[in-house]
Amino acid sequence: MIIKQIAVFLENRPGKLAEVLEVLSRQDINLRAMSVADTADFGILRLVVNEPDKAVQVLRDANFAVKTTSVLGIKVSDKPGGLLDELKKLNAAGINIEYVYAFAAASVHDARVVLKVDDLEKAEQVLQSPDKAGDPVDGPNFYW
Amino acid sequence: MVVLAGRSTGKVNLTTCTVAGSAQAGFSDFRIERVLLNRLWEGTKVYWNKPVETMNREEMTNLQSTRLQETVQRVYRKVPFYRNKMQEQGLLPEDITNLGDIVKLPFISKQDMRGNYPYGLFAVPLAEIVRIHASSGTTGKPTVVGYTKRDIGIWSEVMARALTYAGASKLSCIQVAYGYGLFTGGLGAHYGAEMIGASVIPASSGNTSRQILLMKDFGTSVLCCTPSYALYIAETIYEMGLSPKDLSLKAGIFGAEPWSERMRKEIEDRLHIKALDIYGLSEIIGPGVACECECQDGLHISEDHFYPEIVNPLTGEVLPDGEKGELVLTTISKEGMPMVRYRTRDLTVLNHDVCTCGRTLVRMGKVLGRSDDMLIIRGVNVFPSQVESVLLSLGETSPHYQLIVDREDNLDKLTVMVELTEEMFSDEVRGLEDLEHKIQGALADVLLVSAKVRLVSPKSIERSEGKAKRVIDNRKI
Repeated sequence: MIIKQIAVFLENRPGKLAEVLEVLSRQDINLRAMSVADTADFGILRLVVNEPDKAVQVLRDANFAVKTTSVLGIKVSDKPGGLLDELKKLNAAGINIEYVYAFAAASVHDARVVLKVDDLEKAEQVLQSPDKAGDPVDGPNFYW
Repeated sequence: MVVLAGRSTGKVNLTTCTVAGSAQAGFSDFRIERVLLNRLWEGTKVYWNKPVETMNREEMTNLQSTRLQETVQRVYRKVPFYRNKMQEQGLLPEDITNLGDIVKLPFISKQDMRGNYPYGLFAVPLAEIVRIHASSGTTGKPTVVGYTKRDIGIWSEVMARALTYAGASKLSCIQVAYGYGLFTGGLGAHYGAEMIGASVIPASSGNTSRQILLMKDFGTSVLCCTPSYALYIAETIYEMGLSPKDLSLKAGIFGAEPWSERMRKEIEDRLHIKALDIYGLSEIIGPGVACECECQDGLHISEDHFYPEIVNPLTGEVLPDGEKGELVLTTISKEGMPMVRYRTRDLTVLNHDVCTCGRTLVRMGKVLGRSDDMLIIRGVNVFPSQVESVLLSLGETSPHYQLIVDREDNLDKLTVMVELTEEMFSDEVRGLEDLEHKIQGALADVLLVSAKVRLVSPKSIERSEGKAKRVIDNRKI
C-alpha cells in the first residue's frame, strides 16, 4: 500500500540525527521505519512515522528541510527469498526500484519493507494480493 | 664577454667579467655563469629606465600634467561615458590645466565598466585594439579591457622595470608561473621578460612537479607567480627530496593577491631568494603598475603612466601622504582604454620620499585590505555578488549562501555553502548530488576559479542583524 514517507536533509555533522529524533520524540511521534543515505557531506534521513503531517510541521518549525514522498509499504514473508519473490514481480513489470529499506520488526511471521519505485501505482497493483492489502495506516496502533 | 641588459649601470663594470668555459662547455656551465653573474650584480645598481626612475619631482609633475590633459581631451572626444559624466558636472577638458585639477574629475568604478560592457569604454576603434583581457566583474559579466599596440609596449616597459628591480636581465631565465589567458598575469610578465631580453619559460600555472623540473633543468633564476603558489612550490621542492641548492633561483616577483611580511620571510627562507611584491590590475594595465625594488620598502608606481591618488573611500576626498585610504589610479598614457580616476578599492598609503635605491618614483605600501567585499582566490577576483547571481540564475529564490576561504597546503580553497530550500531538496541522493554539481559547474563558469559546493540546512548560516554573513576568510596571510 502507498504510504507517506518523510525525507529530512541532514548535514554530515555529529549530533544532526539526534536533533531530528529529539524533535520527534518531544512531540510523541513514533518511528516505524527509517534509513539514512549518506555521502561525504550530507545524509538523507527517510522516515515512516505514525503522524506524518505533524512530523513534517514540527521538523519544518525546527528549520529542517523536509519533503514528503509516496512510497510503497509491503509485507513479505519472513523466510529466505521472501523479498525476492516480490522484487521479481516488479522486475517482470519493468518497474525500477530507487531505494528500499526495512521496517522495525512488528510481527513474527512477516517482515515489512518500504520501496521507492518509479511507477508507484503500477507497483502497487503488481504486488496486490489479499494478504498484502495491509492494515489501516492511521492511528496509534499503526504497525505498517 | 657579457653585456648588461639595463640601460645604465652602477659601479661594477660587468663587461670585464668573463667566465672560463670548460672542455665540456655544456648546460651546467651556463648555470654556473649565471650564478656568478648574479653574485656580481649584488651591490650594482641597475635601472631599466634611469631618466624616468630617477626623475625629479618637478619634471615628473610636469610630465604627468601634460599627459593628464591629453588623456582628458581624448576621453572627452572619444568616450561618451566620460563626456556625459564631465558634462553632468559642467566640466570641459580645458578646465583641467594642471595636475591639481584632477580632483574636479568624476571617479570611475568597476560597476561603470559593467555598464559599458564590453567595448563601451574603448577610446579607439576595435581595429586599433590588438589584445583583449578580462577579469571577474562584480556579477555575471566579466570586466573587459583592450590594448593598442602602443599600450602593450607600455605594459612591457613597466613590467621590464619591475623585473629589473628584482635583478633580472637578459642573462636571466624567467619562469612565468602565472596563468596565461584572459588573466593578465601570465602574458604581462611574459612581455616584460621578453623586453629585457631574458630567456622566458612560459610555464603557466599548475603542474608543480613539472615547474620544479623546469626550474632545476633550465636554470630558472627569477620566478613570477602568486605568493601562495611560491610557498606551495617551496614545499613541493622539499617533498621531492630537493633543496634550493639544486636550483639557481635568485629572486621572485610575487603578486595578484595580498600577502604579508611573514609570508615574505617564509618564502625567502625556504627558497633562498629575494621576494618582491608586485601590484597591478587589469583595469589599469595588468601586473607592473607598481613593484618593490631591492629595498622592499614600498612598491614604486610607474607614475609616468599611472597617476596615483589616495582618497577617503567614503567621501572621495584626497588624502595626503602617509594616510591610509583607497588607491585611485589614472592612466595618463594608455590609448585603448584610458581610465580616469579609477577606484581600485585597494587600501594603502603613498610615500613620495626618495627611496634608498635612488629611485624617485612614488611608493605605495603593501595593500592593506579592500574597501569592498572582493576576495582574491588563487589570484582571481571573486565577489560574493557573483555567487548570488549564479544561484538566482539557477532559479532558486533568495538563496542564502556563504563563502568560506581556507588555505590548505598554501593553496586557496573556496567552499560555497548553500542553504537548502524545500524546493531544492530531494529524497534521493542522486538528486542532491546533481544539484551540487549543477551549482558547482555554474559557479566555475562565472568565477573562473573552482569552488566546492556544500548544501546545508535551512537557516543554518549565521545571520547578524538579519543579514547573512557572506564571507568567512580563514586564511592567515
